[in-house]
Amino acid sequence: MRELGRRSEAASHPFKGAANAVPPKAIAAPPAVEYAPLALVGNVGRREEVVAACSAAIALGIHPGMAATHARALVSDLDFRPAEPEADAALLDRLALLAVRRWSPIAAGTPPDGIWIDLTGCEHLHGGEERFCRRLLAFCRRAGFTARVAVADTAGAAHALARFGPSDIIRVEPGATAQAIAPLPIASLRLAPTALVAARKFGFERVADLLPVARGPLARRLGLPAITRLDQALGAVAEPITPREDAEVPHVERRLLEPIGTAEAIEQVMADLLRDLAEVLQARGLGARSLRLTGLRIDGGEQTVAVGTSRPTREVSHLLRLLKLRIERIDPGLGLEQFSLVAPHTELLDAADLGAVLAGETLVRDPSRLVDVIAGRIGPSSVFRVVPLESHVPERAATRSDPVEATGSWPRWERPIRLFARAEPLFGVMALMPDQPPRRFEWRGKPHKVVAADGPERIHGEWWRRDAETWAVRDYYRVEDEEGGRYWVFRRGDGVEGHTGDLTWWMHGIFA
Amino acid sequence: MSAALDSRAPSIAHLRSIAAPAADYRVLPFGVGEIDSRLGAGGLRAGGLHEATARSASLVDDAATTLFLAGIAAREAANTGAPVLWASCRADLYAPGLAQAGLPPANVIHAQPRDDAALLAVIEDAVRDGTPSVIVAEASKVPMVATRRLQLVATESDMPVLLLRRRRGRDQDPLAEPSAAWTRWRIGTAPSERLRVASVGRPRWAVELTRQRGGAPFSLIVESSDETGRLAVPAEFGRRAAETVGTARYSAA
Repeated sequence: MRELGRRSEAASHPFKGAANAVPPKAIAAPPAVEYAPLALVGNVGRREEVVAACSAAIALGIHPGMAATHARALVSDLDFRPAEPEADAALLDRLALLAVRRWSPIAAGTPPDGIWIDLTGCEHLHGGEERFCRRLLAFCRRAGFTARVAVADTAGAAHALARFGPSDIIRVEPGATAQAIAPLPIASLRLAPTALVAARKFGFERVADLLPVARGPLARRLGLPAITRLDQALGAVAEPITPREDAEVPHVERRLLEPIGTAEAIEQVMADLLRDLAEVLQARGLGARSLRLTGLRIDGGEQTVAVGTSRPTREVSHLLRLLKLRIERIDPGLGLEQFSLVAPHTELLDAADLGAVLAGETLVRDPSRLVDVIAGRIGPSSVFRVVPLESHVPERAATRSDPVEATGSWPRWERPIRLFARAEPLFGVMALMPDQPPRRFEWRGKPHKVVAADGPERIHGEWWRRDAETWAVRDYYRVEDEEGGRYWVFRRGDGVEGHTGDLTWWMHGIFA
Repeated sequence: MSAALDSRAPSIAHLRSIAAPAADYRVLPFGVGEIDSRLGAGGLRAGGLHEATARSASLVDDAATTLFLAGIAAREAANTGAPVLWASCRADLYAPGLAQAGLPPANVIHAQPRDDAALLAVIEDAVRDGTPSVIVAEASKVPMVATRRLQLVATESDMPVLLLRRRRGRDQDPLAEPSAAWTRWRIGTAPSERLRVASVGRPRWAVELTRQRGGAPFSLIVESSDETGRLAVPAEFGRRAAETVGTARYSAA
């Protein structure tokens, strides 16, 4: 259906046109759907458009590019759903990956709706081009996709024929590309919208109209990219396919002659598997961040243990030590007869720059091995470094972080070595207001007489966290008692303004 | 006369070397003459287990012990450029205070096992790994066998293991239990020097070495370790600063 044609034609009425635009095939065989007709609505520019419609919806006159409100007005019980381009792209990527694994090593998804498969040299594996196309269509039908296949000399021509060709399966004999694409509309050439508008203005409707025109004037009218597209379709300009990479998970396995059950034997198998895996990883320039060892018991059960590392590594001794910590978790039962070792998470690991070691610069020891060992024994959350946070409130000034690397420092205010998670109340405090340290206090039932003190260090509440902290003030003092004990005590409130605190005294930490 | 002296000089040096305690191992000197001269080999043995415990059950003595060990660890970490592993089942260690004792975040890896048994296993793993420069561990229940194992692995990998023995009860003295540690210390706080203003002076600790291999026990009052982990010996009454090697002293009269 065309709502606005060339200037010489009258705009067709949408309702009148809808009846004409129904494809005769759709009338002949109305799709057997038990669902309401479906259309996807997305934002194109600033307007809401139908971006895709199912065949039932198309039969009702809905077509992509139609305003969403228009479509809603046409069919009231249409099932409108928001378009999800990311999900579409992810699905297409999965299909491309499947194509790489099943049909041809060179295959790529061409968003938004296509897949290119380079069949050169693989069609005989699938019984020839004709048969391959039929199998591909059958596969797509089973998977629930509507598909059209075109085989041509160039990716551009196949792209055009698959979308605008006359049938679901189109095979173009070698060398017949120009004739095959000649009757197609020029929109099949993947032109930019501006070039399409220009072509329509100059009266180019089909690819055949472009073929006899001299290149120079054509480039001036449609732009150079349009010429490149035409040449790509005709094969004059190469258009290589960037294949979807199929990252294979490093995987090794060993089958044993006899079932094993002792820790020593399992350790031996672990070492052998790790050596094999290290070679695989070395060849690919990878390091393992996690390993999964699966042992197959003779009664059919599976025993799986996993280890993780904080840095990519393929060092056998280190990984073996981590795996050995897990041996006790393997229940051999009647015996284990097959082991496989997988590295599900790998990262690049190439040669590292040692720096000026020969010049006497000492190498900083890498703590990641140590971290792995400890994390393997007591859990990754129990190994950490403590790094500064931007806060003056003592209990918020430090946080746990990644154990391998840490930087930063705190301001050089005197801080205790032990800090209580919750400050403990002091009783019987004698102190002069507003800014004198206590002369005596009782803490944990024991009186202390203060002989020396430093302070106050005033710390304000963080008003951006809680309302209660807006005016809160703590005055910290470092006090020493008669016996040489040095404590960090604080008073809530500044001693002048009542709303800064209730003037209670608290013990917060201990210096030596 | 002088010729006779010259001929005798090497033999005296030789005799001195024989008389000195045999130390074919690496030592960590404190850098303070009073302590180093009384330690068997002129310092703490690098490949050894060293235990320290608080003089009393009070938390201030515990803090002094912590800082004493932190100072030793800080000096060794600065020498070797490797991180310190600090293993403790508790979470009340305050990292800014540790940084002021010479162990900034870049130099400390903390491990927090569930119980003492896991802690001992972690220490042993870490010593065998050999990455850290020093291991500091806080534990209360350490059987004799465990100390023996730790001493052996520490000697093997030439890494100091500093064990803070916590009290299990108010009256229980961890140093009364048998141990294979190379040295055993008991640390407590002491009143600091009174300044002319009502301010807290440099903290002082009562350091008591209750047992060492190849030497006699002693006790001493020292001034706390500074931000590089160095101790100092307080100046005697009426005299200016005592000798300290590279220690930044407060300008206390």
